[in-house]
Amino acid sequence: MATMTDFNAAKIARTAGGTRVDLVLVSQMVARGAKVLDVGCGDGELLHLLGESRDVDGRGIELSREGVNECVAKGLAVIQGDADTDLGDYPDDAFDYVILSQTLQATRHPRVVLEHMLRIGRHAVVSFPNFGHWTVRLQLLFAGHMPQTDILPYSWYDTPNIHHCTIKDFVQLCNAIDVKIEKAVALNAWGSPLRLSAPWWFWNLFGEQGVFLLSRKN
Amino acid sequence: MVDNQTASDLIVRDADHPRDALIATFGADKPLKLDAGVSLSPFQIAYTTYGTLNADKSNAIMVCHALTGDQYVAQVHPVTKKNGWWETLIGPGKPIDPARYFVICPNVIGGCMGSSGPASTNPKTGKPWGLEFPVVTIRDMVRAQAMLLDHLGIDTLFAVVGGSMGGMQVLQWAASYPERVFAAVPIACATRHSAQNIAFHEVGRQAIMADPEWRGGRYHLEGANPRRGLAVARMGAHITYLSDAALHRKFGRKFQDRENPTFSFDADFEVESYLRHQGITFVERFDANSYLYLTRAMDYFDLAADAGGALANAFKGTPTRFCVISFTSDWLFPTSESRATVHALNAASARVSFAEIVTDKGHDAFLLDEPEMFGIVRGFLEGASRARGLTAKK
Repeated sequence: MATMTDFNAAKIARTAGGTRVDLVLVSQMVARGAKVLDVGCGDGELLHLLGESRDVDGRGIELSREGVNECVAKGLAVIQGDADTDLGDYPDDAFDYVILSQTLQATRHPRVVLEHMLRIGRHAVVSFPNFGHWTVRLQLLFAGHMPQTDILPYSWYDTPNIHHCTIKDFVQLCNAIDVKIEKAVALNAWGSPLRLSAPWWFWNLFGEQGVFLLSRKN
Repeated sequence: MVDNQTASDLIVRDADHPRDALIATFGADKPLKLDAGVSLSPFQIAYTTYGTLNADKSNAIMVCHALTGDQYVAQVHPVTKKNGWWETLIGPGKPIDPARYFVICPNVIGGCMGSSGPASTNPKTGKPWGLEFPVVTIRDMVRAQAMLLDHLGIDTLFAVVGGSMGGMQVLQWAASYPERVFAAVPIACATRHSAQNIAFHEVGRQAIMADPEWRGGRYHLEGANPRRGLAVARMGAHITYLSDAALHRKFGRKFQDRENPTFSFDADFEVESYLRHQGITFVERFDANSYLYLTRAMDYFDLAADAGGALANAFKGTPTRFCVISFTSDWLFPTSESRATVHALNAASARVSFAEIVTDKGHDAFLLDEPEMFGIVRGFLEGASRARGLTAKK
C-alpha cells in the first residue's frame, strides 16, 4: 500500500499557503466538528488540516511505521495498520466520515475497502488519480509504455499502485455497490476544479484527480 | 557483603521507613478492599513527587513502576545510589518535564520500598508480614493509587504513564477510573499475562522457594535471607528483558578476564558474569517475598476476563486518549499484544495512537535511551495538553 508520504514526493498542486489542493478539497467535504477516520493518513497533513480548519475529531491508520511515528509525535491519534486487513476491526457507524485520500489505487481489494468505509462511517470521501486523463491515454497510445505523470511518477515494476481506475470506472463501482454519490469533483493538472456542468466524459478526459463524497443509499 | 540477618533487617527498615520519600498513611477508616476478598488496614503508600500541582489541579501525571522498580523514578536511589530509573524520560527538558507537570510516582502495594507489602511490619504482630500479607492484584495496586490521589486532593490525572507492569497499571487505571484519566500511555505491556510469561515467573518463584534460606517465607523472623534464590530468579527474568541480538552485541561469546576456558563452572563468559552481577546487586534492594507477590499480581492480570470476556468492554465509552507503544524486539510483551490492545480500543471507539519502535534492545528498551519513544511521548502529551487546556492551542 502506498503512503501519502510517497504521494507527497510527487509534484502535486499546492495552495499559496503550501497546502495540497486535493486535501483542501477533501477537507471542504467534511462537516465541522465531525468524527473522521483517515485511512492511509501518511504524515498526517490532512488530519492536521482537518483539525485546524474543520475542528474535527480525527483518527488515522497508516501502513508505514515512519508515517505513524511522525503523526503520533505531532499529537495525532494514528495507529499502524493496513486498509486491506484492519478496517474490519472497527464497529459500524463509528465515524461520520471515513477518508481514503490517494490510497484507493494501492489497496488489494478496493471494493471491500470501500464497503468497509461506508459501514464504519456514514460518509466516505475518496480521492484518486484518474487513469483516464488524456496524458495517461496518450502515453499508452503513442509512446506504448505504462504512463508516468507528475502524480503517478512510478515505473510499472516498482509502483505501489496496483488497482488504477478512471473516474468512469469509479462511478461504476459506486453503482455496483449501491452507493450514493453526494458530490464529485475533478481537479485538472493545476489543481483547479473542472466546471460542475461538464459531462462525465469531459471529467474523465481532463480531470487529473477525482474527489468523491459518498454516502449509503438507505 | 553484609550477613543475612543484617541484609534482612535492612530490607525491613526500607519497607517501613523508606528514605527520601513521602508517606501517605491510611487508617482504620480507610481500608483497602482487595480482590482476594479481604481488606488491608491500616496501610501506607510511599511516593515521590516532582514539580508543582497547578491551581486547578489539572497537570498531575502518575508514573507507574515495573516489577522491580520503585518510587525513585527521577532521583538517586537511596540504596543503590544509582540515578532514577526513568530519568531518560522525566526531568528538566525531558518529555515529562516537572516544570510543566506535577509528577507522582508511588511504590506499589506489595512492594518493598515503603508501601505496605510482605516485608512491612504487620501492625497486629509487630513483626514482618511475610506470607501473612494478603495476595494483591494489579487492580488492588491501582485502587490504592486512587486512594493516594484522593489523599492528595486530586480529582483527575492529566496522564498515567508506565511500562511493563507499570503499563498494566496504566491500562487498569483507564479501565477502573476512566473519568479520572485524561491520557494514558501504556508501554511494552499487555492486557493480560501470557502463559509463557506466567511460566517464566513460576521459574523465578520456584528458585526463591527452593532456597533453604527462604524458610517457608519466614526468613525475616529467622534471621535468614534467600539471596541465592532471589538472585537466580532475577538472572532468569533479566534474560527475558533483553533480546538475543542485544546479548550477542553486548557480550557475544567473549570470555571474562581470561583468554581460555577454565574447564570449570566459574563465570568464564562475560554474559555469565553480567547475569551474576545483576543477581547479586538486585538482592541488596529487593525483598524475596515481595518478588513472589508482584509476579503473582502480574500473572493474575487479565482485563478481558474482568470485563466478561470481551476486552473492548473494559474500555467501552472511554473518554481517555491512549498512546500505546511497543518495541520490535520485545518478546516478553510482543507487538502483537499491543496490537490486540489497540484493536480493542478501536472497537470501543477510543481515541488511540499506536507506535511500534524499531530496536534490538528487547523489553528493556522502554527504560533505555530511545529517542523515537521520547519524541512520541512528548508529541502525544503536547497534543493532550493542548486538548486539556494546559497549553494554549496553536
